[in-house]
Amino acid sequence: MNDVIVEFKNLGFQYRAQASPTLYDINLKIRKGEKVLIAGPSGCGKSTMASLMNGLIPFSYKGKITGSMLIGGKESRDMSLFDISHVVGTVLQDSDAQFVGMTVAEDLAFALENDCVEQEQMKDRVHEVARILDLDKVLRHAPSELSGGQKQRVSVGGVMASDVSLFLFDEPLANLDPKTGKSAIELIDKLQKSTGAAVVIIEHRLEDVLHRHVDRVVLMSEGRIVSDTTPDELLSASTLSVCGVREPLYLTALKYSKVPVTAAMHPASLPDLVLSEDDKAKVRAFYTENKGKEKAALGQELLRVEDLSFTYEKTNKKTLNDISVSINKGEMVAIVGTNGAGKSTFSKVICGMEKEDCGRIIFNGQDFTALSIKERAEHVGYVMQNPNQMISKVMIFDEVAFGLRLRGVPEDEVRERVEKALKVCGLYKMRKWPISALSYGQKKRVTICSILVLEPELMILDEPTAGQDYRNYTRIMEFLKSLNAQGITIVMITHDMHLMLEYADRSIVFSDGRIIADKSCAQVLTDREIVDRASLKETSLYQLAGDCGILDGTGFVQSFIDYERKERDIHE
Amino acid sequence: MNNLFNYIEKQSPIHGLTGATKLVCLLLWSFAAMTTYDTRLLLFLAVFSIILFPVGKIRVRDVSFMLWFTLVFLALNTVMVYVFSPRHGCDLYGSTTLLFGLSGHFAPTAEQLFYQFNYILKYFATIPFVLLFVCTTNPSEFAASLNKIGVSYSISYSVALALRYIPDIQKQYHEISQASQARGVELSKKASLISRLKSASAILIPLILSSMDRIDIISNAMELRCFGKNKKRTWYMAQKFKALDYISIIVCVLILAVSIALSFINGSRFYNPFH
Repeated sequence: MNDVIVEFKNLGFQYRAQASPTLYDINLKIRKGEKVLIAGPSGCGKSTMASLMNGLIPFSYKGKITGSMLIGGKESRDMSLFDISHVVGTVLQDSDAQFVGMTVAEDLAFALENDCVEQEQMKDRVHEVARILDLDKVLRHAPSELSGGQKQRVSVGGVMASDVSLFLFDEPLANLDPKTGKSAIELIDKLQKSTGAAVVIIEHRLEDVLHRHVDRVVLMSEGRIVSDTTPDELLSASTLSVCGVREPLYLTALKYSKVPVTAAMHPASLPDLVLSEDDKAKVRAFYTENKGKEKAALGQELLRVEDLSFTYEKTNKKTLNDISVSINKGEMVAIVGTNGAGKSTFSKVICGMEKEDCGRIIFNGQDFTALSIKERAEHVGYVMQNPNQMISKVMIFDEVAFGLRLRGVPEDEVRERVEKALKVCGLYKMRKWPISALSYGQKKRVTICSILVLEPELMILDEPTAGQDYRNYTRIMEFLKSLNAQGITIVMITHDMHLMLEYADRSIVFSDGRIIADKSCAQVLTDREIVDRASLKETSLYQLAGDCGILDGTGFVQSFIDYERKERDIHE
Repeated sequence: MNNLFNYIEKQSPIHGLTGATKLVCLLLWSFAAMTTYDTRLLLFLAVFSIILFPVGKIRVRDVSFMLWFTLVFLALNTVMVYVFSPRHGCDLYGSTTLLFGLSGHFAPTAEQLFYQFNYILKYFATIPFVLLFVCTTNPSEFAASLNKIGVSYSISYSVALALRYIPDIQKQYHEISQASQARGVELSKKASLISRLKSASAILIPLILSSMDRIDIISNAMELRCFGKNKKRTWYMAQKFKALDYISIIVCVLILAVSIALSFINGSRFYNPFH
């Protein structure tokens, strides 16, 4: 058959530096016009599959390939990387880092330039693609002037310009806020319908991808395909949870309500979901059973900010506008909002990395503005999003000890405190390891540990779980929760709505340098206006509540959260 | 934070020149300024290049960091020259005119002061022109031009990419240094020079590591879009030579010619008012 674009036949792959294969016995066909989602936890081999499809294996990453792989009917090992790139167009995970050109127009033209297309023709094609993707107003802009969504559209456009027959999206949602992620999924759908090309999406956020129809979901685990079926079939089976991929929240709610999920109910999409009256009654029963119990008592005030404003010197833009907020001892708070809304700036001003124009910062009753960045760090710890930006030593022990040694703490005490912190972070066994031997998630732990050792009362974490699969996400978050239980107040800057719902006591919503809401996560995620202004996404639980005839949707979300936390505590 | 090497997008006759023109002019101009010690020509070059700033719509503020850097370096250099050879000017001009009635090895002479004045002028004849070049040349267009004058395109493109990433790396450096300061790295003037140098390494290592990650990603992204497929490539930003390009190059060729001619007329590279 001619319409098979990519075919894996008993394919296996082992990276040169690794002791065991990453992929075993892969058999998979992707046909023209198909939309396939490849899902699975980190390390399951899904990114390796992507690299095989676009030719980075074997051209950039070396290793041993067994079996065979056909691209456009030809054996891929006989093709060059460039031949493959005319069939398979790849949109890489980090749309920021793959922006090659100086401006949008140049980036769109990049592949054409390399194919020696004449300038006149190239300009026409670039304008055409820009029109389709609604980028014509920003053609002359540099990447730093674009929003996350625009950057991603540029990456799509750069591939689109050279007419490929398969679009490969490697974790397209990783760096986007929920609302932009939603439009990215809509864009992919539109792209596929208008070009008729095949689409392969590699992603572990199932619920978000299923926002639009997908033909098949290929589920991977430990280098093998464990299931290759329609989303409806997959969601009614139990393979998902075994593989550590998170199912859509509304399905979790149905399970808690003891509603059996079958493929006939169309569980893949909430608007199409068919619930019988009996099912609905069960959901309502779950709600009444778990409705509004215990409210946690408020702790003592730890941090109070009054009328804080901040202007960026360089752009002269007011990024914080009259911010007033207070955070109590022992709380776990989420700060949410779009990129550029002022979340990170707020944390930097608190830590003294940037100097406010005016306003008061009171920490534990003490005026914080008089303290230096170094002095504040003993009270407030700041963990950056990318651990590689914080690690400056070779060995784990030295990295954690770094802050203490700089403070002139005697070596005996350093040893004692570092060992204690390492134990808390579950890194004690690895204390003599070089940091380069760690995974991304473990490095993140090291950076948290190196801040923790300074014994701050408050920790601010920028996107603590960005780019992590469900398993790692749970590990990091449970770890933060245990720190919180030991009395450390935690503030998390995040885009992740699940994280908010599951772990935050409260969310502070930023928009355009102002705080537009400061209330419980259930209230925030069910308020359409706030959700819209802060580029969040309404939780599917709210819609489920509506479908089941529960009037107080917010109350339903709250009871779901309470139930889930209770369950989790029991399991520990 | 200041711009170090940064293209500043504006509409001006200088921006309108092709990158190749500007590069050729820069080479001719620097060569002219290097050959001569003729005060008249150096003065002309210095004044001319300063006049070019408003033409290119570049403000002093835009280049202030580099300007300060050069001035400090220049001051240091001038003092050093005087300390190590306070009579170099006398040897060059073949006379000794002591000033202010002082005498001794370090006594100021008119010749030495005149020589050092010329020395400083040389800086002023070249540095503004280099800064102007950097601020008005679009890196991509520059890459296209380099390729046009015969440099291989992968080298040309690397140059453009390096220029493009400078602002990114500056931003990263800023973020990393903030985070390390919070951990206790002292970068302010309170700390001694040695401990500040040590601290700088605490920032450089993460900076290098995270840049390596990016290089990996970007080179993959480029290959996936056929970079390196053909021997040649076309350039979206390429520009055609216009009348002003030819005029600019001719002017710079003339300047170089004058500079060489002056060396013959003066009998040496130096203009000697002491005879």
